[in-house]
Amino acid sequence: MWDVSKEMRTSSLSHIAYLTSLVIHFRLHTFINVGVSMIKIQALEFQYPSGEFRLSIDEFSITKGSKVAVIGPSGSGKTTLLNLIAGIMTPLKGAVGVGDIQVSGLDDRERRDFRITNIGFVFQDFELLDYLNVLDNILHPFRITGALTLDREVRARAVALAQEMGIGDKLKRNSNDLSHGEKQRVAICRALLPLPKLILADEATGNLDPENKGLILDLLFQSVEDHDATLLAVTHDYELLKRFDRVVDFEEFHQGEAA
Amino acid sequence: MIDSLYIAWKYISYNKIKTATLVACITLISFLPLSLQLLLVESERQLMSRAVSTPLVVGAKGSSLDLVMNTLYFDDEVPELITVDASNRVMETDLALPIPIYARFQARGNPIVGTTLDYFDFRGLKIAQGRQLAVLGDCVLGAKVAETLGLKPGDSLVSSPETLFDLAGVYPLKMKVVGVLEKSHTSDDLAVFVDLKTAWVIQGLGHGHEDVTKLRDPTLVLKRTEKNVAATAKLYHHTEITEENIDSFHFHGDLAQYPITAVIALPSDEKSGTILRGRYLSREETQQIVRPQDVIDGLLQNIFRIKNVLDAVISVVALATILAVLLVFALSLRLRQREIQTIFKLGCRRATIARLLTAEIFIIVIMSAVFCGAMIFLINQFSNDLVRMLFIR
Repeated sequence: MWDVSKEMRTSSLSHIAYLTSLVIHFRLHTFINVGVSMIKIQALEFQYPSGEFRLSIDEFSITKGSKVAVIGPSGSGKTTLLNLIAGIMTPLKGAVGVGDIQVSGLDDRERRDFRITNIGFVFQDFELLDYLNVLDNILHPFRITGALTLDREVRARAVALAQEMGIGDKLKRNSNDLSHGEKQRVAICRALLPLPKLILADEATGNLDPENKGLILDLLFQSVEDHDATLLAVTHDYELLKRFDRVVDFEEFHQGEAA
Repeated sequence: MIDSLYIAWKYISYNKIKTATLVACITLISFLPLSLQLLLVESERQLMSRAVSTPLVVGAKGSSLDLVMNTLYFDDEVPELITVDASNRVMETDLALPIPIYARFQARGNPIVGTTLDYFDFRGLKIAQGRQLAVLGDCVLGAKVAETLGLKPGDSLVSSPETLFDLAGVYPLKMKVVGVLEKSHTSDDLAVFVDLKTAWVIQGLGHGHEDVTKLRDPTLVLKRTEKNVAATAKLYHHTEITEENIDSFHFHGDLAQYPITAVIALPSDEKSGTILRGRYLSREETQQIVRPQDVIDGLLQNIFRIKNVLDAVISVVALATILAVLLVFALSLRLRQREIQTIFKLGCRRATIARLLTAEIFIIVIMSAVFCGAMIFLINQFSNDLVRMLFIR
């Protein structure tokens, strides 16, 4: 298990200083766990075409069914890592595997289909569509792809999921009329409805008050356990880290590199 | 595709003002040229059908268009007057049957057409209710006039003075409605038909009053001689022709010199028509004879020349509207970049994103087409009346 107390001491100043760093190099041998891998990254190299930011990961894996937190300062590449795993971005070199699928080897259309059927993405800003009501937002992934089929069973599951999340009575409400906590629950429902193997949460609790943060994490963890999924969550909420099975720290690695 | 249409519909119904503006723009720019074309075709049909069925018109020299428009469509613009002599002149040629027309006065906004019974036979007008003109003061209403004014045989209709302050001019005459014509879908539906003499009574050329030879009130007599009695303005003139006073109505002077606006000449054959036209070619001639078909043809050519200009203007406006609509879609696309990015992150295919946006355009175009179609349908339903209201009368 990762030493959480060390993370808590990380100052914000060091985070800001870290933003100036141009090259991030990962060696995560120490984090490799024994068990069936859900995510497996090897010799990954990534660089944005327009920037000098570079991400390099020798080896990184996450066990199936685990709940892993990724921490680190802004600009360190946490979101980039999630995007590479989801196939939103493609690496320059190396391999990204999710379950049995080599994501980095798929073409654009296959990556999109892979994403919508295997990945549940929870965004920091919820990314709900303001012109759809709660139920339509939850069902949205099924309406924008031919890879998923929207049928009666899916609709029933959406309603049941919303009830589990405590928003069952707000299905017909417009997403603009919801509180922050309720919006995030809708976003989680949308991510979970296709029964993804892997849930990627990008600062899913970032905009919430402390009470809602705990509640949303409870719901997320419960759903992950219920559906036998794996969770990889980028977060800045250090007080929540103890609840994760593992914590991956970009900063710790950076300090190690500097030393 | 149904899912794309569903999402597009949700987006469209959420952004009501934007959608309404786009639909209104596309609807109007489609509706304008189509409706204009429809009305022009209908006006051409109406103008030409009546012009073709009226072989020749005789009137005073001047604007042939005013003459034809007044004689055929009872237009407000009254041509220079001619006399009954013009009708007699046609009759004397034995080349054509003359039908005198005196379309000068109005009753509650509808033209009063003084004519003879031949006119009804010529136009094929049938009485739907009541009877034909028989007595001085009778009037027969066009179907639309009766419908609009809510009049039926037995009611009365008062003629309007030519101008509001025309105290010494035309006296209002209370006419008796004796019949209503069947609908003909022509200008005849909008006219009030009277006998020529009734029209002259409206003008004041014929009148009825007490017998001046039996007047006892000395203030009514201006001058009395053995043969003649001149009455003062105090003498009461009848404003309604009744069974009791009809015998007091009379006309002064030679009726052949009484005014009319035109004569419809119905030649017995084409040759007679040509010969008759030849009689009016002299340079000293004070009258003209015209073929309404030629006059209306010239008018239509002018109208279509104007329509070509209008078409060009509408094309430019349409181009500007299409560019504005494209700009709105482009701006909308930019505003929706975040949404597009979100559905991309969720795993939406490129083709699906394009389909979502196409579905939105499709729905807006379909809505515009439905509105445009409904408006065109309405215009088509009422094109007959609209053309007469806008272009003819």
